[in-house]
Amino acid sequence: MRETPLTNCEKDFVKKSVAENRRIDGRQPYDTRKAKITFGVDRGSCQVQLGQTRVFAQVSCEVAEPKPSRPSDGILFVNLELSPMACPSFEAGRLSDYGVELNRLLERCLKESRCLDTESLCITTGEKVWSIRVDVHVLNHDGNIIDAASIAAISVLAHFRRPDVTVSGTEITIHPIEERDPVPLSVHHMPLCVTFAFFEQGKYLVVDPTDLEEKVMDGKMVIGMNKHREICTLQITGDIQLEKDQVLRCSNIAVVKVTEMTELIHKALDNDRQVRASGGKFGFAESISIEKVTSNQMKGSEINMEDAEEQASALVLSDQDSETPSDTIEDEETVVHVLNKGVGSIGQGGASQWTIDEEEAEKMQTEVKFKMTRTKSAHKNLPTATDGDLGDNSEEEETIVLGQDMKIISQQERQNSQKMQTKTGDVKMKKGKKYMKK
Amino acid sequence: MSNSSKRSNLRVMSAELSLLSRPDGSATLFQGDTCVMSAVYGPGEVRINKEQIDRATVEVIYKPRSGLPGCTEKSQERLIRNTCETVLLSSLHPRSSVSLTVQEMQNSGSLLACCINSMCLALLDSGMSMKCLVAAVHCVLDFEGAVFLDATDKEEKGAQACVTFVFDSVDKNVVMVHAVGKYSVEQFNKCMSVCRTASADIFHFYRETMTKKLKRS
Repeated sequence: MRETPLTNCEKDFVKKSVAENRRIDGRQPYDTRKAKITFGVDRGSCQVQLGQTRVFAQVSCEVAEPKPSRPSDGILFVNLELSPMACPSFEAGRLSDYGVELNRLLERCLKESRCLDTESLCITTGEKVWSIRVDVHVLNHDGNIIDAASIAAISVLAHFRRPDVTVSGTEITIHPIEERDPVPLSVHHMPLCVTFAFFEQGKYLVVDPTDLEEKVMDGKMVIGMNKHREICTLQITGDIQLEKDQVLRCSNIAVVKVTEMTELIHKALDNDRQVRASGGKFGFAESISIEKVTSNQMKGSEINMEDAEEQASALVLSDQDSETPSDTIEDEETVVHVLNKGVGSIGQGGASQWTIDEEEAEKMQTEVKFKMTRTKSAHKNLPTATDGDLGDNSEEEETIVLGQDMKIISQQERQNSQKMQTKTGDVKMKKGKKYMKK
Repeated sequence: MSNSSKRSNLRVMSAELSLLSRPDGSATLFQGDTCVMSAVYGPGEVRINKEQIDRATVEVIYKPRSGLPGCTEKSQERLIRNTCETVLLSSLHPRSSVSLTVQEMQNSGSLLACCINSMCLALLDSGMSMKCLVAAVHCVLDFEGAVFLDATDKEEKGAQACVTFVFDSVDKNVVMVHAVGKYSVEQFNKCMSVCRTASADIFHFYRETMTKKLKRS
């Protein structure tokens, strides 16, 4: 499905409001939207909401062979999926240019900043290492996917626990979760992306643009940074030219935003840890509030198994009962009576029981004539259309006649709707003959 | 939960509707810990090569939690699509497309049933016309022949057979069956009647959810 394009009025409105230091959702230019992080029941799954933008991240791990160039390093694989759930223009399975851009940006932000200690993922050098895979699914697209995705990816890596491994000689044992406590990955720092949208050649800038603002903006700058004020990625796209002090100003804003967000992630992780330790309820199910009108909860009622068993046995009995008569029917009914050439019947009935009295038949006759004129006019129309001579006056007249015919027929059709069916066959036959003559 | 006591009720179900701003209809459904999110777009524009002149083209995309969809995921997708096509009055919207995305978020057993139920809720939320509603119920037979309704993943592992039934809301007839494992005719019938009784709960849940959403407070 294609996306509905933005109207010029909407574009102008957004541009004007940005020029007046206002935003559609009532934020100030440097405000980010409200972020919410929820962790799933399994270790290594989380959902991040940034305003209406929503992403879901999942970590999985497996034992794999290391790359020959880095025999003692584990593998980190990052995959950002623009699910068709997020926006109708996103297609499943195929990466768009936008998808590739976001994917590369997220990968660079996580891998090249070396936030994950890949050496600790090594089991035996050159043979077996852990391969960690992060899947980020975009569930709802309301602008600034990359910020939400980077928050989700790094919090999910910090939340994940991999199974413990012991190596004795050449024997490697992977302990299941029940046997030994799983081990967390070592996350050195948390690189987070902050997006700035620029309008009118970099004159105005807004932080955390929505989908509407992203469609109107001239260009954007993404700064990947951690709370130690280290820049991990910097990307500028679109047709803008930025001055040096603008980039510096943005990086100063990014510092504040990243510090806030890192605190939020740590808080969410702490909360989750406490709830798990105290044996409370956790997971996505706890994050939805039942008070809302759009949500609901139900406890399943007890089902009497004995009743069900009785019903089941009754079902079997009825099956057996129905088997005997159905056999006898088959014996009687499978004889096919040939009524006419190419017409057969099974069982009672035989030929059509519909009788046609004389009065009706007369009406039919006139009807057929009407139909004939209709077919004629239709025929005349046909060749003109193929000739491409559409400006013919005679054709227009013909169509008027056709319209009248249709009306009359439709009235009569209502009068004797039943009988019509038998006659239409005849008309079709004649139609066919006409074609033949032509 | 101990494996010795057979469970004869559905797990706690909770749902949230219209939680995504972009799609025309969306729903998250929890059955116990199992969680599935569905979203519907449509009826909308259709690609020429997929256009059908007498009805809407129904597209279902099932997204697993991690990795690319494989054979099992594709077969699951097909089951969901067939169920969806059966209940949707697609002939009301000829030459258009209805696209449905089902995202697995947590699998703690009865995943297929949860997918179909959340699909039904999303369609309800989108306001598309349907012939009837559907409710999917999953059950498991263990080696002693006991039936576990709405099984968890642990129960699924130690099972002789896993069966998922989908019932319609009008006559409570079976719309779809998906079964894995060994079972006798009697056992199958027993599972079916247990699940049919349980499906009433789900239909009640749909009604309650929609009433809550649409009533004037």
